Amino acid sequence: MTYAATQVYAPTPSVPGELKVIQDATCTFCGCVCDDIELTVKDDHIIEAKRACVLGKAWFLNHSIEDRPSCMVDGKPATLEHGYDRAAQILTHGKYPIVYGLSDSPCEAQRVAVSIVDWIKGTIDTTTSVCHGPSGMAFQGVGEVTCSLGEVANRGDLIMFWGSNPAESHPRHFTKYSLMPKGMFLPNGRKDRTCVLVDVRKTKSAKAADIFIQIKPKRDFEALWTLRALAKGIELDPELVQRETGVEFSVWTDLMDRMKACKFGVIFFGMGLTMTRGKHANSEALLALTRDMNEHTRFVAKPNRGHGNVTGADNVVSWRTGYPFGVNHSRGYPRFNPGEYTTSDTLANREADCGMTIACDPMANFSQPAREHLASIPFIALDTKETPTTRAAAVAFTVATYGINTGGTVYRMDDVPIPLRPAFPSPHPSDYDVLTEIEERVKVILGVTHK
Amino acid sequence: MTSSDYIKISQGLVYDPLHGIDGEVRDIWIRDGCIMDPPTDLAIRPSRTIDASGLVVMPGGIDMHCHIAGPKVNVARKMRPEEKRRGEQMPRTNITHSGSLGSVPSTFATGYKYAAMGYTTAFDAAIPPLGARHAHEEFEDTPCIDKGFYVLMGNNHYVMQSLKNKEPQKLKAFIGWLLASTKGFAPKLVNPGGVEVWKSKQAGNVSGLDTLVDHFEVTPRQIIKGVAQAAAELALPHPVHIHCNNLGMPGNWETTLETMRALEGHRGHITHIQFHSYGGGAGDENTFNSKVIPLAEYVNANPNITIDVGQVLFGETTSMTGDGPLGYFLSKVYGGKWFSSDTEMESGCGITPIKYRNKSLVHSLQWAIGLEWYLLVKDPWRVVMSTDHPNGGSFLAYPQIIRFLMDRTYRRDILKTCPPEILQRSSLWDIDREYTLNEIAIITRAGPAKILGLKNKGHLGAGADADITIYTPHENKEIMFEMPRVVIKSGRIIVEQGEMRDTLIGKTLHVQPNYDQAVETDIQEWFERYYSIRWRNYPVDLSYLYESCVIPTL
Repeated sequence: MTYAATQVYAPTPSVPGELKVIQDATCTFCGCVCDDIELTVKDDHIIEAKRACVLGKAWFLNHSIEDRPSCMVDGKPATLEHGYDRAAQILTHGKYPIVYGLSDSPCEAQRVAVSIVDWIKGTIDTTTSVCHGPSGMAFQGVGEVTCSLGEVANRGDLIMFWGSNPAESHPRHFTKYSLMPKGMFLPNGRKDRTCVLVDVRKTKSAKAADIFIQIKPKRDFEALWTLRALAKGIELDPELVQRETGVEFSVWTDLMDRMKACKFGVIFFGMGLTMTRGKHANSEALLALTRDMNEHTRFVAKPNRGHGNVTGADNVVSWRTGYPFGVNHSRGYPRFNPGEYTTSDTLANREADCGMTIACDPMANFSQPAREHLASIPFIALDTKETPTTRAAAVAFTVATYGINTGGTVYRMDDVPIPLRPAFPSPHPSDYDVLTEIEERVKVILGVTHK
Repeated sequence: MTSSDYIKISQGLVYDPLHGIDGEVRDIWIRDGCIMDPPTDLAIRPSRTIDASGLVVMPGGIDMHCHIAGPKVNVARKMRPEEKRRGEQMPRTNITHSGSLGSVPSTFATGYKYAAMGYTTAFDAAIPPLGARHAHEEFEDTPCIDKGFYVLMGNNHYVMQSLKNKEPQKLKAFIGWLLASTKGFAPKLVNPGGVEVWKSKQAGNVSGLDTLVDHFEVTPRQIIKGVAQAAAELALPHPVHIHCNNLGMPGNWETTLETMRALEGHRGHITHIQFHSYGGGAGDENTFNSKVIPLAEYVNANPNITIDVGQVLFGETTSMTGDGPLGYFLSKVYGGKWFSSDTEMESGCGITPIKYRNKSLVHSLQWAIGLEWYLLVKDPWRVVMSTDHPNGGSFLAYPQIIRFLMDRTYRRDILKTCPPEILQRSSLWDIDREYTLNEIAIITRAGPAKILGLKNKGHLGAGADADITIYTPHENKEIMFEMPRVVIKSGRIIVEQGEMRDTLIGKTLHVQPNYDQAVETDIQEWFERYYSIRWRNYPVDLSYLYESCVIPTL
């Protein structure tokens, strides 16, 4: 099967010396997925990226076609055909194949990756397991009260950020969605909103906030439970609260008064919450607090997701397997167990015996035992550039960059799907192309006749 | 075998209610994915003959109201890992993908399970326009059935604004534009006006048809009437699909009656009406009782109204709705995890796990009220089988519901296990009616096809899609309907005795109404002021549809 959407938004080739303008292009650098970028292209280079933030500008303007082979096998240049064959051999000969990454790849390619995993009875995991995986688990415990980003722009009058630093990680967050917009019910924009930042250190986002609350490191859980207790009207010992959270009790009661008094409160949270002591318990406390607040007013929460299409990966893996990440198919059907089937664990526990990484760099950011094991097994790596992971791979594909060279679909951090409008073609194949070729070969080897 | 070969289904007992065929032995000929008249040229021989002697032949089943794709369904999948490891597993085979089940199956599992039950078409009932692209992506991964979806617009700001400003022409153009932009099938109203109030204040909702919606100064009655009128003028094949206000509340039957009256004679479909047929004091569960008799009287007397039931089955499931305030209410009743999501300018959403218990008077009454609906609407062409999957129960319960309808002893046996007070509060015990196979064929295929305006489905005449189910007759109708002998989709044999033989992706059914495109300038201006994505990135183009099938307007 072919996912036609990848074809429709194929880029048109540049005419030498001529300027080409792409309206409403989508930036996939972070989870904001801004789709209002105007790109000017000349000779296969983006020379201007109007409306893009500092990160987006770097993403677009520094992009150049990698001058390296599209395929390397055992560190040597090889034909794509040879690479596809070898990849299919590797994936079908292991007992515990893993596929990992996906968060910087369009949904169309993600779907093919999940198909491959299904045929090889492998384990699929995405970078969610090392960022907002704990939020996903917390969500399975208590649920989530949330909304789309336009709803924040139109209604949010109390905007809180917890363990998240959008000034540096999501630079247009404030102007496009959360603080500055003049919304339907907030005609004066920023003046109609109050912004609260809670973090263990004074980040650059503090400048944008009306109130900054600096809590003791590793005490997010205690701080959130303080607020939960206040929301429920439970009496607390002010000294104990201050000792545990590092913040005066009156600050918390003042915050709770504001939370109850607002019309539409929003808490954006980041990895400062999900990847510190408490992990999913922290996320659960925050989601439960949000839920509690709906007894008093309207209140929502939203993880500030990082990678451009990590939300798409959650969605694709969920609709195909029923679970969001860390999904094992060794019995032929999907099973979910974060901590066992998540990639940092399948590697560190030395269980995986072959694999494939797509748009991620575990050799640069995983634990040493995980890296050592990955380096010891045959695996395939797809990336737009050379990385420590591609260097260690048995088969490395240099692929075209999504959103710049290829089309497809990405999901913004609030699950809104947005089409990509690429700027110019790449000589390298797309993730989708490479994965489709590998899938075809895997099916032949395994006798799968699914059409 | 190629698609241009002839297939003959020989000597089956055919039920084709649209053509008045009620259990007659006939041959059915298929070519190029369609049913054809038997060839007059005797030299033509079929490449494959399916001997159906002694078997029952019907058109493929049509589920006109279920939740199988899109943002809300997918959140429910993610949210409920705990229910998937018990029960049946679905491993991959050499021709099928693996999947997971539970109350909200994964995409492939959904397609295979519908097909294995003899259903070949299904409509997702509640897609927020901003999530339309997502729904289409899932449809491409939901095999073996043709699919379409209804577009949420009962709380859409542009709809309410046009009504407030008394601009029916803009409303009409907007509905046309929205259906075309989303590649959707029909307008859907979910708790019209109430979801907008939920977005703006704590526990907000409307209380009835004449509550004014804050800021927009319109009432649910105006929304229902206005959309029904516009849809009629657009000549939509399925004009308006309505989830009434006050779902689940004791005493809500009056709201339902008022909703039907608000249509003022326009065609309208009242969905999962079981959840809207309750007597009793407002919010008082102790006085909860069935009000199907007076509502069914109204339906019987007003041919512009059609309904589907939303049958409740005992057991665990997941409630999911575009009705945000209802989700909040249910989460407080059941106390479990709760998901809510508000979509800018358009809609809301609520999800929470629930369990229907036969020891609960309220749940038993809900079960009985559903069955009363099937049995008290006189014209089977205007009542459609549904569980509002997964809200009342899984679509996989349809064979059991058929048994309830065809076997009064069986349904009375279940009734006996319920709290005895139910007998005073519902008329189910006293109803002797049993459905015939012909009537079952109407409420599961011919009827929904007609209500949806699908001229090529729900019947076995020449030109119809060759979507056909062949059953082995059995005294126990649940056994008969849960595992068809053969299922044919678009002329291909896809299931035999519960085993998948072949797969296909299936078509996407949508409408492309004519509308006044001059109004797009006004829509764009409004859109760009308030939406968080760009105007050009909003419409879903045809590339997202694996196989587009435009259903013509009337």
